[in-house]
Amino acid sequence: MKMLATTDLSPDTTSQARRVGPPILKVEHLSREFGGVLAIGDLSFTVAAGDIHSIIGPNGAGKTTLFNLVTGVYKPSGGRVLFDGADVSGMAPYRLAARGMSRTFQNLQIFFNMTALENVMVGRHLHLNTRLLPALFRFPSLVRKDREAKDRAAQLMTEVGLEKYIDADAAAMPYGALKRLEIARALASEPKLLLLDEPAAGLNATESREIDEVIKTVAATGVTIILVEHDMKMVMGISHRITALNQGRMLAEGTPQEVAANADVIAAYLGAAP
Amino acid sequence: MNTLLHGRLTGLLALGAVIAVLPAFLPNNFYLDIAILAGFNAVVCVGLNLLIGYAGQISLGHAGFFGIGAYASGVLVGVYGWPPILALLTGAVVVGLLAFLVAKPILRLKGHYLAMATLGIGIIVSIVLRTESGLTGGPDGMMVEPFKIFGFELYGEKVWYWVVGVLLVGVVWLSLNLIDSPMGRALRAVHGSEVAAEVVGVDTARFKVLVFVVSAVFASVAGSLFAHYTGLITPAKADFFKSIELVTMVVFGGMASTFGAVVGAVVLTLLPQALTVFQDYQQIVLGGILMATMVFMPKGLLPTLAALLPARRRA
Repeated sequence: MKMLATTDLSPDTTSQARRVGPPILKVEHLSREFGGVLAIGDLSFTVAAGDIHSIIGPNGAGKTTLFNLVTGVYKPSGGRVLFDGADVSGMAPYRLAARGMSRTFQNLQIFFNMTALENVMVGRHLHLNTRLLPALFRFPSLVRKDREAKDRAAQLMTEVGLEKYIDADAAAMPYGALKRLEIARALASEPKLLLLDEPAAGLNATESREIDEVIKTVAATGVTIILVEHDMKMVMGISHRITALNQGRMLAEGTPQEVAANADVIAAYLGAAP
Repeated sequence: MNTLLHGRLTGLLALGAVIAVLPAFLPNNFYLDIAILAGFNAVVCVGLNLLIGYAGQISLGHAGFFGIGAYASGVLVGVYGWPPILALLTGAVVVGLLAFLVAKPILRLKGHYLAMATLGIGIIVSIVLRTESGLTGGPDGMMVEPFKIFGFELYGEKVWYWVVGVLLVGVVWLSLNLIDSPMGRALRAVHGSEVAAEVVGVDTARFKVLVFVVSAVFASVAGSLFAHYTGLITPAKADFFKSIELVTMVVFGGMASTFGAVVGAVVLTLLPQALTVFQDYQQIVLGGILMATMVFMPKGLLPTLAALLPARRRA
């Protein structure tokens, strides 16, 4: 794998050795309040294309809210989100998906009324003929492309390590496998930017390491990844850059080494003397 | 794909075979008539199941769409002398537009707003049919001309049985096709998780509107043909209780199962005939069946039976 040795502890190797890509996502002065409570306040940061960019912070720091703002699930109270240079603030998720943004969910959002393979095939939605008449009358072109989508979905499931669940009903799969199923479904849409919301939450150490490998493999194909994760070993191991949040605001940003050494970050996690 | 294709063809052939041999076991036109009514209900239920079973949206006004189709045929052919096929198509277009106009604003919202709105439509349609007695004959209903096309007149139970049989097979075929297509998966995804469907590019509002329109049009077409078959239509065919009956058929037969919808429609059409003692308590029996289904067999009759069969992965 052509990944960089981000675990190398010599300072700043990552930022200097890697060519930093152009910005794919820019968040400018973003804020969102819920009934007077500021979940995200005046937050600005940039994600470079090709990076694995992690968002960390203690519980309630606003990580998932940030994801929901970026992916259009919530509308911002203020500020802008720029994706690929275009202002996409508050744009519906399905439009963002068409522009090349997809995500997974912290609390699983699986189509439990379908098979695992069909879940991933839904991810091919944007690449298929989704019109009514061809579907009703089963146009040959639709059937052919559907068959290709099925093969592609099976291939993706294999790539994330789910080959033994290809024929399974989603409802019959264990938690760890469903986490991967979400990743496979998101990948099926061929995103440029993939947001992963705690992909390792609830997984054991082995599963967590496997997810780690999956993420690196995906990133190696050129997909930019924004990762929210509590597993610090994973975050420090695979991230190119890290943005640390606390109470909806930016706490620190930099390479894993920089952020790990930042006094404010340590204070936010461990609690500091005032 | 093979197993699905296999399942689809097997089911369609089985349905076709049952329809083909059934008349041999029906001693007279009385039974044939019941079979025809079951067929009409089944056509509506297959469409309604696309909405309820697959897309997870509730309509409590489908009898209203059935009624508009029926009265479009009754009025346009009887009063204005239109050719029946043109009246049928006009009814279908009107119902499609109405469904679109109602669903468009409402389906952007989440939750059970559609159920409430459709409840309203059903009631309004039924009131209009009762009060506009100049055109519709009011509560007593109206006579409907026979269906004539290319100089042929569809007449009698024997002919109508085959018309409805072919229609039902066709509608089931369309439904199975739709479900196993990208659009069908999008519909089921809407049911499974709207937000997850959205983030892979599914315009959930669009598909909810679309399936609502499709299911309403199925009901309208069935209503038009039903009107020509019976020759007499009343507003009762469009009222709230009829809508509930249709929902009960879908839920009882099996949500998200096309053949389940057919079975539900057939069983619940036969039941009142078999239990004529319950004539006066029909609504109560229907409500009881709906509740018992939800409690004891939430997946519905056919999926529950299919789950009992070993080694059959997909029903």
